[in-house]
Amino acid sequence: MEKNGRRNILPGFGVTMGFTLLYLSLIVLIPLSAAFIKTAGIPWARFVETVTSPRVVASYRLTLWTSLLAAGVNLVFGFLAAWVLVRYRFPGKRLVDALVDLPFALPTAVAGIALTSIYSANGWIGRYLEPLGIKVAFTPLGIAVALTFIGLPFVVRTVQPVLEDLDAEYEEAASCLGANRRQVFLRVLFPPLVPALLTGFALAFARALGEYGSVVFIAGNMPMVSEITPLIIITKLEQYDYAGATAIAVVMLVASFLLLLAINGLQWWAARREVFR
Amino acid sequence: MSIEIRGVTRKFGDFAALSNVSLTVPRGELVALLGPSGSGKTTLLRIIAGLETCDAGSVHFNGEEATDRDVRDRGVGFVFQHYALFRHMTVFDNVAFGLSVRPRRNRPGKAAIRDRVRELLRLVQLESVGDRYPAQLSGGQRQRIALARALAVEPEVLLLDEPFGALDARVRKELRGWLRRLHDEMRITSVFVTHDQEEALEVADRVVVMNEGRIEQVGSPDEVYERPANPFVYNFLGHVNIFHGRVHAGRGTIGSLVVDLPDHAAANDAHAVAYVRPHDIEVTREQIDSGATRAVVRHLHTAGPVVRLELERQDGGGVVEAELSREKYSELHLELGEHVFITPRNLRVFLEDYAI
Amino acid sequence: MNGRAARRRGMTETAWVRWGLTGIAVLYLGVFLFVPLVAVFAQALEKGVGVYLESFREADALSAIRLTLLTAAIAIPLNLLFGVAAAWAVAKFDFPGRQVLITLIDLPFSVSPVISGLIYVLIFGLQGWLGPWLTDHGVKIIFAVPGLVLATVFVTFPFVARELIPLMEAQGTEEEEAAKVLGASGLKTFLRVTLPNVKWGLLYGVILCNARAMGEFGAVSVVSGHIRGATNTIPLHVEILYNEYNFVAAFAVASLLALLALVTLAVKSLAEWKFRAELAGRKMEQGGRS
Repeated sequence: MEKNGRRNILPGFGVTMGFTLLYLSLIVLIPLSAAFIKTAGIPWARFVETVTSPRVVASYRLTLWTSLLAAGVNLVFGFLAAWVLVRYRFPGKRLVDALVDLPFALPTAVAGIALTSIYSANGWIGRYLEPLGIKVAFTPLGIAVALTFIGLPFVVRTVQPVLEDLDAEYEEAASCLGANRRQVFLRVLFPPLVPALLTGFALAFARALGEYGSVVFIAGNMPMVSEITPLIIITKLEQYDYAGATAIAVVMLVASFLLLLAINGLQWWAARREVFR
Repeated sequence: MSIEIRGVTRKFGDFAALSNVSLTVPRGELVALLGPSGSGKTTLLRIIAGLETCDAGSVHFNGEEATDRDVRDRGVGFVFQHYALFRHMTVFDNVAFGLSVRPRRNRPGKAAIRDRVRELLRLVQLESVGDRYPAQLSGGQRQRIALARALAVEPEVLLLDEPFGALDARVRKELRGWLRRLHDEMRITSVFVTHDQEEALEVADRVVVMNEGRIEQVGSPDEVYERPANPFVYNFLGHVNIFHGRVHAGRGTIGSLVVDLPDHAAANDAHAVAYVRPHDIEVTREQIDSGATRAVVRHLHTAGPVVRLELERQDGGGVVEAELSREKYSELHLELGEHVFITPRNLRVFLEDYAI
Repeated sequence: MNGRAARRRGMTETAWVRWGLTGIAVLYLGVFLFVPLVAVFAQALEKGVGVYLESFREADALSAIRLTLLTAAIAIPLNLLFGVAAAWAVAKFDFPGRQVLITLIDLPFSVSPVISGLIYVLIFGLQGWLGPWLTDHGVKIIFAVPGLVLATVFVTFPFVARELIPLMEAQGTEEEEAAKVLGASGLKTFLRVTLPNVKWGLLYGVILCNARAMGEFGAVSVVSGHIRGATNTIPLHVEILYNEYNFVAAFAVASLLALLALVTLAVKSLAEWKFRAELAGRKMEQGGRS
């Protein structure tokens, strides 16, 4: 795709641009700024006290490590899944491929109750893990499982197109030059996939950070142990502590924006490497 | 290393890409596999490389059976039409790749690899681009690097799959000559695939003309051009004019032309087709002998190294293409619509059963 | 055929590696995707089809369904309009800040759903900016249907735009320029030239938007007030039933959304297949270069 900086000669720019900006402002920008403005009205000391209270900090830690774990699992197995879906054939492959998008299409609450029932002590999977001493439901591990579900499509779908684009000729050339299968994978096939893998990981991670619906059922929600940050926000709202809720929300927003910047940076870097085509 | 292919057949479903093909490539020769798309030439090349298997037949290197050998163990260098340079590696790393993947005991040291890569880059006249990435090179440069990469592992056979197909005309011509010179210097047994007959005739020691999975003719460029074995080869290599006539007992009557055809002494009033190259059509203002036919000049293409004429035969035989040198053309001083006489020389006559 | 291998040698992993990897991948996808999906339906039908169907006759469930449909019916056309307008502006024109605009459009994806609801409470809630004004005029937004619609619009508006933008970018502006040269107005050009080209992407964007709109939980949870029979959408109703340990009913209602998810996936596959066919057709026209 190239934008050759042409003059805009097609009609409708004014109308569509205007409507777009209006919509964005009303629906997105103004409401989001409300959070920051409200926070600006809170005395700094109180702000710091709220966002660094032990319970809140525990939730940051929990959210962070469960999201990292989930994104990590999705990185490894999502890569494997993409590889298998692109390069191998097996019965039912097309069905499995379509199913990968299920986490995008299935409501988070439905996923939440389904996962809880599966991993609870007498659930379909939980009953096998209980005797081994592995508790999933109502523990942080359950949160990680839910976040893995949520982030599953990201790595698979970012890696798939890149894998599909990799011409067989590269492998053939490498084989003619004497490389064995392992060398072909490590030196010829894997390096071009790294940007897509990192992007997929970052997207899965970002998605996991703010997740609420699928987690809140399986989590147990015990403060300091298995309480995620979005839940604290809701709790504060129910107690009419708008200031407190907003303060924590702002911390989450800032983290999300930084992550968004990082992802954009990653995609820009990946696109630059693509220029070397 | 010499290559021998015996009775190779390859089918893709119902489609027969190769049917019982046999060929010998002596050591050090530069052979062109020439033919239209679907003729099987690329499949044959890939079978030699080990990138494809054959359903029947065998491949031999230096007399030894190599049909089941893995592609890595064949000692072939392969150059792809679209270069297949590793985009994420520098030019240097690309060229060094074959050496760097050798098992430890065979692997040269870093300094040795560096020297070899430099030597190869010098060979392909691209010493300065070692640190660049393939995307920063032009098409012609990329192909030369691809060649350097293939040569780095000192292959005994060099295989090239339409190596210049993705390049524009001028670069193609340059690289053709360059490949020829390189081969003269290195004398590696080489096989290249092309659908461009000009390229095959210009570069190769021998040309293998293929069509629909079969070899039509094998010979030097002169042989296949001057003495084509059948109408397909004739048609494929250069322009052709077709005249219809009859042949009986070694004598052919083609229009008003009567020729002796000792090759067809056994013919019995058979319908024949005569092929004549445009540059073998003699154009005169006067009727020089009984074989000359009247024609009218319909088109003149004067731009270019030769002048091309389209002449309409007055005996209803259709349009004839003729080529004249610029001198001849200025001698005759022809204009559109003028009446001339055409005499076909150097006919190649095929009997009815050779229909294309 | 004699004893030689039919497939190309050396170009792929050995058979046991391949099947091993396939097995692990299928296990991963099966455990995380397939099992939860099946669990929804299994639990819903645990007490038989009769009890399953009863769950939908319950008044609160019906009103939840109605509310969900209403919310979607308002949010989707709005977001469709936005998506089309934004895609036209972004894909067919070049202007400073274009990339920023694209990032802004993607914003809801990086904002936690709970925060998506919170920000509207900050503006329209009792203590919000417009709170007093709204109370004076007797208008309820938060803890009422309008709040639900707003929150839903926020979380779902990128979908249509995100599908259309890359599609319209890839198609370039040539056809629209040709239409303009032939004298077509902007609207006509859009309706008769652009729209047919993007119809599958548009359909998919709308379907995704719908799935998310009907299934949104976090954002709606914040603005809804959880008033049974009045401000509960299907996901919220599922939560209530589940928290009351009324598992069968909860899964029964949830199964509606699961079915919707399956329909969404089916439409996606169809749209992709059609699109790929069209793309292949286009490439043939353009000389078969790929």
